[in-house]
Amino acid sequence: MELQQQNQTTQQSSSKIEIPENSCLSGRGLTKIFGVGKQTTLAVDHVDFDFNRGEIISIVGESGSGKTTLSKMLLGLISVTDGTVYYNGKPRDISTAAKKKEYWKDIQPIFQDPFSSYNMFYKIDAVLDDCLRMRGAGRLPEDQKTAMKTEACSFVNLKYAELTNKYPFELSGGQMQRLMIARIFLLKPRILMADEPTSMIDACSRATILDMLLKLRDEINMTVIFITHDIGLAYYISDKVYIMEHGRFVESGTADECILHPQQDYTKRLISDVPKIYEKWDLDA
Amino acid sequence: MNTIKGVFRSGKFIVGFVIFILILGTCIIYPLIVTSDPLAMLGQGNFFPPGTYISQEEAALEDPYTLQLPVEINKLDSALDVGTRAEIQSFLIKQAGVAESEIDVTDAEALAKLWKDNYDPEVKYQGLTSAKRKKLKRIDAAIDNAMRESGTMIASEGEDGALERDKTIRDTDYINTKDVTRKVLPLGTDNFGRDVLTELVAATKSSLKIGLVAGLVATAIGLFLGLLSGYLGGFADNLIMFITNLFTVIPSFVILILISYSVGDQARGIMTVAIIIGITSWPWTTRSVRSQVISLRNRDHVNLSKLSGHSMLRIIFTDILPYIASYVVMALILQISSGILAEAQLSMIGLGPATTKTATLGLMMQWAMNYSAHLNGSWWAYFPVVFMIAFISFSLNLMNTGLDQVFNPQLRD
Repeated sequence: MELQQQNQTTQQSSSKIEIPENSCLSGRGLTKIFGVGKQTTLAVDHVDFDFNRGEIISIVGESGSGKTTLSKMLLGLISVTDGTVYYNGKPRDISTAAKKKEYWKDIQPIFQDPFSSYNMFYKIDAVLDDCLRMRGAGRLPEDQKTAMKTEACSFVNLKYAELTNKYPFELSGGQMQRLMIARIFLLKPRILMADEPTSMIDACSRATILDMLLKLRDEINMTVIFITHDIGLAYYISDKVYIMEHGRFVESGTADECILHPQQDYTKRLISDVPKIYEKWDLDA
Repeated sequence: MNTIKGVFRSGKFIVGFVIFILILGTCIIYPLIVTSDPLAMLGQGNFFPPGTYISQEEAALEDPYTLQLPVEINKLDSALDVGTRAEIQSFLIKQAGVAESEIDVTDAEALAKLWKDNYDPEVKYQGLTSAKRKKLKRIDAAIDNAMRESGTMIASEGEDGALERDKTIRDTDYINTKDVTRKVLPLGTDNFGRDVLTELVAATKSSLKIGLVAGLVATAIGLFLGLLSGYLGGFADNLIMFITNLFTVIPSFVILILISYSVGDQARGIMTVAIIIGITSWPWTTRSVRSQVISLRNRDHVNLSKLSGHSMLRIIFTDILPYIASYVVMALILQISSGILAEAQLSMIGLGPATTKTATLGLMMQWAMNYSAHLNGSWWAYFPVVFMIAFISFSLNLMNTGLDQVFNPQLRD
């Protein structure tokens, strides 16, 4: 309730919006409506947020709550229906292709499904070469490029010599997702948008992937926006948690506040839905 | 590579492919063997039936071989028709007094023998009108003529105007077909006396050309607009879909007729017709390419490519086009097939290529129809054409279905 009131007050005093000093990505009244005419879907409904530099932020919600839509808006892949995204305290400007390219040097994603993240007609080297080109290393001598790619691969426990000249479908899902992290390692963006990066991967690989993400974050000190439906995971890794329901943030705060002392019924339900070992799982809740 | 192998494991595709290659091969190899102009007029006159034609003069002048083979045409049989036989029978019974049981009207030779034994042209038979008597004399002369051995005589006019006998062709004279000029016309000739088989091969070649050009033009336009509309979305999508819907709603055949008519007879060559067909049949390619692109453009690998800073053109060519390539090939095959059919339809109503220099399948149909081949039973002028059109469409559609099964996992057995 408190947050909703806050929402309303920010909407009312939209003329003078204050963005916190250390915020790298903020949103005010961010809205996305799909479709036109009578058949519209309100995917994201006037959300406000401030993501601070260097933090790990989790956005938690059930399927269809608008998490992925929000992440795509923040990535600049789909247009914003209403509201403003603030990047480093200023309204984000990605109106031209050149500006978009600059913006995308600072924000990069890891997608949910590693199998569909690759163009199956090109060898995986193409993905890594793109990263080097984006960082302006495209004209370096070949052996230097190979050294950089090898370093990135070894960071995620992959051997570049074994992967080079292979097609994506020759790799396992875990290998593909680790290669995506190697891509982030090469790009070193300020913000990483990780959209359920572990949901398509088995439990053993999941820990490795998360471990690598956290290691990477420590290495290049980036902001990680973690989108997940796994509230347990969110609790363990995040500094701040946003709970999303039907396109709105119903609760936000530090991980301890949100998850150990939930205020909203929806949050409580999410927490009770997590299966616990040594306890009977209450499916009726 | 695997996909190509998979394509050639599909039975339907192979059958279609083999038929198509056979047709294509015939179009390439046949003109190398038969080098004459496909539209040369061999005959003077309409629709000569299929068969082997032997020069009559050469056959007559050739030195004959004497063979004791039964002549196929029994001269007596053809000289005595049913009415004549009935008159002979009534004369034999009434005037000559032969018993009815002795007469067999079906056996011409026995009948003629009975006649010769009983009839005497000098005798004035009673109970007959004079007209009847004259008739009997004519029958007697006809039988005499038919029973003569001599065969045919060839004569030429001499200097003084009198006929001189050059040669007599007897019943036992034969010639060897290898000695004389022969022309085999397996499918006869058409209304202008042109060899239908040679013409058909040339027509198939130009129809395939028309289909290919029409298909390529339609697929190129459709692919370009579909990619643009699907990938850009928004206003561009609305505008392109508006135009596409306009073309879809107005039957493309009507547009085709109007354009063909307004282009005029002079300009309507084979390539013009092909291009006209191409620019009227792109809408459905656009629609289907668009829908494929829309489903692709939000895929993660496209998003990742965008985020790697690639330009729109590069994303379309590397991240979208390869994924729909198989689909586009299938669309192209169908467009080729429908291009050939459209040409045939246009030509049937007289709006096809206005040319007498080359034949197309549609033009052959039109000529056959204009000269009433279907009414006078000259099946060879249009049936082979119909079969050829059917075979081409059949093989192309079969290839398409085969490809569909390979590329669409849901249809696999």
